[in-house]
Amino acid sequence: MARWPKPPEGSWTEHFGLSTEPISYEDSISPEFYELEREAIFKRAWLNVGRTEQLARNGSYFTKEIAAARTSVILVRDGEDIRAFHNMCRHRGNKLVWNNFPGEETSGVCRQFVCKYHGWRYGTDGQLTFVQQEGEFFDLDKSESGLIPVHCDVWEGFIFVNLAKEPAQPLREFLGPMVTGLDGYPFGLMTERFTYRAEIGSNWKLYMDAFQEFYHAPVLHQKQTPPDWSGPALKNGFEAPHYQIDGPHRLVSTAGIRLYELPENMRKPIESLTRSGNFGPWDAPELGEMPAGLNPAKCDPWGLDSFQMFPNFTILIWSLGWYLTYHYWPTSYNTHVFESTLYFVPPKTARERLALEMAATTFKEYGLQDANTLEATQTMLESRAVSTFPLCDQEVLCRHLHKVTGEWVDDYRKEIEATI
Amino acid sequence: MATPLLPPEFSELEPFASKWCLPTEAERYAKRLASSMEDMQAFYAAVMARGEEAIAYCDKFPLDEMPERVVNLMYLLYSLISISFAVECWSQPAVPDTGAAYLDLIVEPEL
Repeated sequence: MARWPKPPEGSWTEHFGLSTEPISYEDSISPEFYELEREAIFKRAWLNVGRTEQLARNGSYFTKEIAAARTSVILVRDGEDIRAFHNMCRHRGNKLVWNNFPGEETSGVCRQFVCKYHGWRYGTDGQLTFVQQEGEFFDLDKSESGLIPVHCDVWEGFIFVNLAKEPAQPLREFLGPMVTGLDGYPFGLMTERFTYRAEIGSNWKLYMDAFQEFYHAPVLHQKQTPPDWSGPALKNGFEAPHYQIDGPHRLVSTAGIRLYELPENMRKPIESLTRSGNFGPWDAPELGEMPAGLNPAKCDPWGLDSFQMFPNFTILIWSLGWYLTYHYWPTSYNTHVFESTLYFVPPKTARERLALEMAATTFKEYGLQDANTLEATQTMLESRAVSTFPLCDQEVLCRHLHKVTGEWVDDYRKEIEATI
Repeated sequence: MATPLLPPEFSELEPFASKWCLPTEAERYAKRLASSMEDMQAFYAAVMARGEEAIAYCDKFPLDEMPERVVNLMYLLYSLISISFAVECWSQPAVPDTGAAYLDLIVEPEL
């Protein structure tokens, strides 16, 4: 007996018009498919690269390696504007901004960018301002030799770039009404950051899948809770009260558990001491009225909303007044860089700070469990000993991601074929 | 005798201070992986017993003006949080079945 009502079609999967057949993971083990994804997705979709708080002052900058799109991008605050450029000197193509290791990202504050190679300088507006021994060059027009701009736009403090010559849609239209339903959420108040990073031995979509279904949670994370909790959780399994799909993006809402209202034996002693845990600090900050797009099914009690934004970005908002992001940056068909940042309202007291430490530490314990299954999955998928896999109704969002990915790649293939 | 690291009210925790008052998550996590369960169980028992008092003590100071010994007490509590997983959940220092996985904290609050 389902604890939460299913849609009239009988399942979420059928409700969204998705096939209930077993799916192939060929899109996660094929080097050829990955090459198509680079062009079809990572050079066309809007990609979140960070937040405006990272560019607080005039001249603040950071670089973002986007290996899947074969480039590195500089994000810089130029007065009121946030600009993006390919991280490349116009003279002989040297990477313009980097420290020590060319492949590593960097950040700082500057008045201008100076190429390490021959000293060409560019303003934060991208204009070429100085050429070493300019008189030695032939017909060089400095006004035509600025940094190559990348389309860049900001939504609710999230900075996005688009590497297409002309994006098919403006950012807001690409995000669509489900995501922009979060307009007005106080993201900007949550400036206390914990950022995690790991290189993962799996296709990027496998980690997306790991965090867009919670069917795994009572099993994989069983020992993170006392037996009085995990026993019934395992027996009952996981059901989400609400799923939603809008264009290429997905959402899952979960029901909340007020751990602090439960008897002591249902939680760990360290949770009682710190009044915090996996769901965050129990004493949530006062944030006022929430946007209508948050907890759209009005679950009560409500736990979290996980907005899975195509292609590689997740915003997960917890009912206890904080949020986290995931990014999955492909580096090959079977490797990617995983980044996650936890954002909290800055603590005012030691007790509040300790509650954040508990939430962040718990996040890592869970994340390590999730991460290690990925390489185990990737290597066996590559054996191709099994080629189709049954997904249950609680894995509906995984099904949707692979379908949308296939559609973007097919559209690209058709365009290429049409031009030949 | 070495200079105490912790406020005098918590002198009984001093034997754990030199090992566990560590300012970064990376240091605390590495120390946890390199420690025996016996050591961590003793640390857990001692600090948990004074945990609520320690938090209440730290709470008397503004976060941006904490004396060094109070900062150390905060670090000790951060270490308690980290090793609590080894003691309360795993019965071993590392998360089980995560031999190949890592998750580096590359941006963390100063305190």
